[in-house]
Amino acid sequence: MQLRRVGRAAVLVEVDDAAAALALATWARGRAAPAAEVVPAAATVLFDGVHDVEGLTALLGAWTPADLPPAGDTVEVEVRYDGPDLAFVADAWGTDVDGVVERHSATDFVAEFCGFAPGFSYLAGLEDELAVPRLASPRARVPAGSVAVAGTWCGVYPTASPGGWRLLGQTAARLWDQDRDPPALLAPGTRVRFVPA
Amino acid sequence: MTLHVLATGPLVTVQDRGRTGYAHLGVPRAGALDAEAAALGNRLVGNGHDDAVLEVLLGGLTVRAGRGCWVAVTGAPAPVTVDGVPRGHVRAEWVPEGAELRLGTPGSGLRSYVAVAGGIDVAPVLGSRSTDTLAWVGPPAVTAGAVLPLGRPLAAPRPLDTPPVPRPGPLRILPGPRADWFTADALDVLCGSSYSVTADSDRIGLRLDGPALRRAREGELSSEGMMLGAVQVPPDGRPVVFLADHPCTGGYPVVAVVEPADLGRCAQLRPGDEVRFTALPPLPHLPAPGAARD
Repeated sequence: MQLRRVGRAAVLVEVDDAAAALALATWARGRAAPAAEVVPAAATVLFDGVHDVEGLTALLGAWTPADLPPAGDTVEVEVRYDGPDLAFVADAWGTDVDGVVERHSATDFVAEFCGFAPGFSYLAGLEDELAVPRLASPRARVPAGSVAVAGTWCGVYPTASPGGWRLLGQTAARLWDQDRDPPALLAPGTRVRFVPA
Repeated sequence: MTLHVLATGPLVTVQDRGRTGYAHLGVPRAGALDAEAAALGNRLVGNGHDDAVLEVLLGGLTVRAGRGCWVAVTGAPAPVTVDGVPRGHVRAEWVPEGAELRLGTPGSGLRSYVAVAGGIDVAPVLGSRSTDTLAWVGPPAVTAGAVLPLGRPLAAPRPLDTPPVPRPGPLRILPGPRADWFTADALDVLCGSSYSVTADSDRIGLRLDGPALRRAREGELSSEGMMLGAVQVPPDGRPVVFLADHPCTGGYPVVAVVEPADLGRCAQLRPGDEVRFTALPPLPHLPAPGAARD
């Protein structure tokens, strides 16, 4: 774990990977870390709006990567597997379309961090050998509810937007609703299973 | 208790001090870009810190008061009229019921703030009335025909207040957190050069043209949390200063962070304006966590 100062009121903590970042962020939230924002990402946690840098540093000293967060709630997301990139992904995974559906819906995913858009969660769980490249040139418009993969990440587009991930299918689930509490369906720490519709 | 919007310029949004506590869900902070100017407007009309104001890009706003109300225009000095009669900038002005308040085009700066006694009382979204223009969380942009609810004024206007004198000189930066991704001379290039504000600058970031900063290493940074004032450097090497609607995470390295007190000036820079930077001495390194306990 390495700490980097960011301006006057933020600290960026480097950890091994997204799972460790989620574990640290969850742990620090549970101990009321003196920060306005605790933002886990791919291999870091940003503590922003920190008014007591020494207090935060002392708190972080008590964390070890072995402190795993308790398992989050499990959310089932119904998917209609009819995405335009199914055949590409099947080819990359050395299987057919049914094989992709079977593999994807049998995977236990964890939402490790959000980014890109409100409620867009990076879902970990696919094995390394299932990594697929992004589109060389992103689509101008990916519909809301698109279930997609890129690298070993899976994600669901909360709103229509440009996007370069490989589209597997569609869900009717509302990923983001600013009038709901919590507004994100798949907040960091949430466990996710995809269920064929 | 309403304000009827008759006309707008390029962009009018409702802003308060922004949205806190949702960055981990990908929600930008938003909030008035020139926070000091917005706070001054609120003080002048007797509002609290958290009341919402209108942020007006390059003037062009006309509103009709549904009831008589105190109003103050701060920030970029747009000419102010009430029913065609010139009124002051940075002072509480009475707008009678049915009268029209109009903001002309400011001669300098970009963003004016209209504070109304009682505050703009649109429904808060996730704890804030601010409009974020990256993901459009919060109330929609204000357009002609909108009817904005006003809160009940709780205090008398305070006519005596003065705008903070803008600090001249370069924008102050603290190096890091990813200065080590750039060549050793990158900070010297950043602080020794003149950059100019480009026309695609917005509430998300102040985009700059000038000497490119060169990377010292290959590969891509993993996506990480981004912060207000971050000087992020995309692959073309031209720095972008992140403002209130910046994305919560990003994959380009941040070479330095602009001091919070200098961000209000960033809000008022126009395309073509010159920007210079100066580096403050780095803050002491943080001890390794737990070392103090040994």
